[in-house]
Amino acid sequence: MDFYDILFWILSVMAVGCALGVVLSRNPIHSVIFLILTFFAISGHYLIMNAQFLAIVNIIVYAGAIMVLFLYILMLMNLNADAEPQKGLLVQIAGILSGGTLFLVLLAATKSAHNEEINKVSTNVGLITNLGKLLFTKYVLPFEISSVLFLTAMIGAIVIGKKEPQLKNGEEHIA
Amino acid sequence: MELLILFRNQRLILHLHFKTNTVNQFLTISFSSIAAAIHNWLALSIPNETLVKVIDLTITGVLLLGFLVILCFFLGYMERKVAGFMQARYGPNRVGPYGSLQIVADTVKLLFKEGLTPKASDKFLFHLAPVIIVVASLLVMAPIAFASNFQIWDISIGVLYMSSVSSIAVIGILMAGYSSYNKYSLLGAMRSGAQIVSYELSVGLSLIAIVILSGSLQLSHIVESQRDGWWIYKGHLPIIISFVIFLIASTAEINRAPFDLAEAEQELTAGFHTEYSGMKFAMFLLAEYINLFVVSAIAATIFFGGWMPFHLGHWEAFNHIMNFIPGFIWFFGKTFFIIFIIMQFRWTFPRLRVDQLLTLEWKYLLPISMVNTILVTVMAIMGWHF
Repeated sequence: MDFYDILFWILSVMAVGCALGVVLSRNPIHSVIFLILTFFAISGHYLIMNAQFLAIVNIIVYAGAIMVLFLYILMLMNLNADAEPQKGLLVQIAGILSGGTLFLVLLAATKSAHNEEINKVSTNVGLITNLGKLLFTKYVLPFEISSVLFLTAMIGAIVIGKKEPQLKNGEEHIA
Repeated sequence: MELLILFRNQRLILHLHFKTNTVNQFLTISFSSIAAAIHNWLALSIPNETLVKVIDLTITGVLLLGFLVILCFFLGYMERKVAGFMQARYGPNRVGPYGSLQIVADTVKLLFKEGLTPKASDKFLFHLAPVIIVVASLLVMAPIAFASNFQIWDISIGVLYMSSVSSIAVIGILMAGYSSYNKYSLLGAMRSGAQIVSYELSVGLSLIAIVILSGSLQLSHIVESQRDGWWIYKGHLPIIISFVIFLIASTAEINRAPFDLAEAEQELTAGFHTEYSGMKFAMFLLAEYINLFVVSAIAATIFFGGWMPFHLGHWEAFNHIMNFIPGFIWFFGKTFFIIFIIMQFRWTFPRLRVDQLLTLEWKYLLPISMVNTILVTVMAIMGWHF
C-alpha cells in the first residue's frame, strides 16, 4: 500500500467516525469537538491532494473561527449538563424522514457524480498562486461582490449589536 | 547539549577542510546535509518506501519532542533568572550549579504529584484539553526554518499555516475551562478566548506587511529575501511599527503577562487551569513555553532574517566573515533575544483590565496596523525599500 493510501484511509475513518460522533453524542459541546475533528480530517484530505491553501483556509475559517463561536454560544447557554429538551414522537419521526431524504439525495448525487482521479503528486490546482490568479482574473467579479456581501454582513452585525444610549449623565458605562 | 556537540563537530570539520577547500565547502556541512545523509542511508538499507517515510517522520517527531523538552527546561530556568535579575534578587541558586537543575527538580515533583480529576468534571474533555493545547503548539513548529534547508515542512503558505494552527489553542483553552465545571475556569477561558481571537488580527496584519514586501508566504523564500539585509532594516519605519505591533499582539496571543488575564491569580485563582494538577498542569506550562519560543522564532524569521547572517548590502568581505557563523547560531541568537524581551515585559508592565485590553486591540493596534499595511503596500509599489 502506498503512503498516501494509508493516510487516506486513516483520515477517511476519522472523518466518518467523527461525523457520526457529531450526530450521536448527547452533549452539544462534544458534538462541536467532533465537528472540529471532522474538519481537520477533511483538511488532511485536501493536503493529500496538494491543495494546501484550501486545507489551511478550512482550518482558519471553520475550526478556528466558526467553531470557536459555536463553543462560546453553547458554553454561555448550556452551563448545566443534560439540559437536552425532550422531543415528542411525531417530531422524531419527522426528523428521521427528512434526514433520511436528505441522505438519499446526497447518496444519489455522489453516486452519479463524475469521478475524476487526481494525481496526488503533480497537481498544482490548490496552490495559492494558481488560486490567486484565477480569483483575480476569471472570477474577479463574483469575488469582489462576495467581499462586499461580507462587508454588508459585518456592518449589519454592528448595527444590530449597537446599543442605544440609555444611560443618563453621571452614570458609569459598563462595557 | 546536542546542538553544542554538533557545533563543535562542525568547527572541527571546518578546521580540517579549511586548508584545502573553499568557504563554500564549509557551508555544505550543515543540518540539511546531515538530514539528507540519514535519509539516504535509510533509503538504501530499507527497501520499502513507505516504511522509510514512516521512520523519517518518527525520527523527526522524536527529535522535535526531545528538542522541545530541553528547550522548555532552558526557558523555565531563563525565566526565573530573568525575573530574579529584574527584581534584584538571585533567582534559583540551590539545585545544581547556579540553580541550573531547579527545573529538573520541579519536573520530578510534578511527575510524582497526583493528577486529580474533579468528580463533576466532563472527564473526556478534561483529559483531552491539555493534549490539544500542546499539539496545537507543536504543529506550529513545522514550517520554522532552524537552519538553511532545515525545515520539517516547507509549506508554500507557511505564514498562513502558522497563524491558522496557532488559533487551535483557543479550542483547547475553552475546553479546559468548560470541562472543569468551575466558574473561575470558565471565566478564565472566556477571557482568553476573546483575547486570542481579537489579537490574532493584529498579528496577522503585521505579518502581512512582510509578505507584501517579500512577495511570498513561504518561510524559506522570506528568509532568502533577506540575503542583502534583514527586513527590519530594509523596510524602514513601517516595518519597525509592525514589529512592535507583532511583539505586543503576540505577547497577548500567548497569554503572557501583562496580558495574562486568563490566569490572573488575584481574581481567578489560576484561570482555565485551576483544576489541573500534576503532569496535566505541566502540559499547560510546556505549551506556554513552546508558544513563547514559536512566537519569537516567527519574529526572528520574519523580521530578523531567521538563519540568515547579518549581511550589509554589497559589502562582500563583511558578508563573508558573517557567513562563518553557522545559521542555527544566528537563528537561536535572534530567537532568544526576542524571548528575552518578552520575558522582560512580564516584570515591567502591570496587568491590563479586560476593557483596557480590548480597547488597546480594537481602538489602537488594529487601526494602526491597517494604516501601516497601506503604507507598506505603497512602499512596495514605489520600491522605496532597500
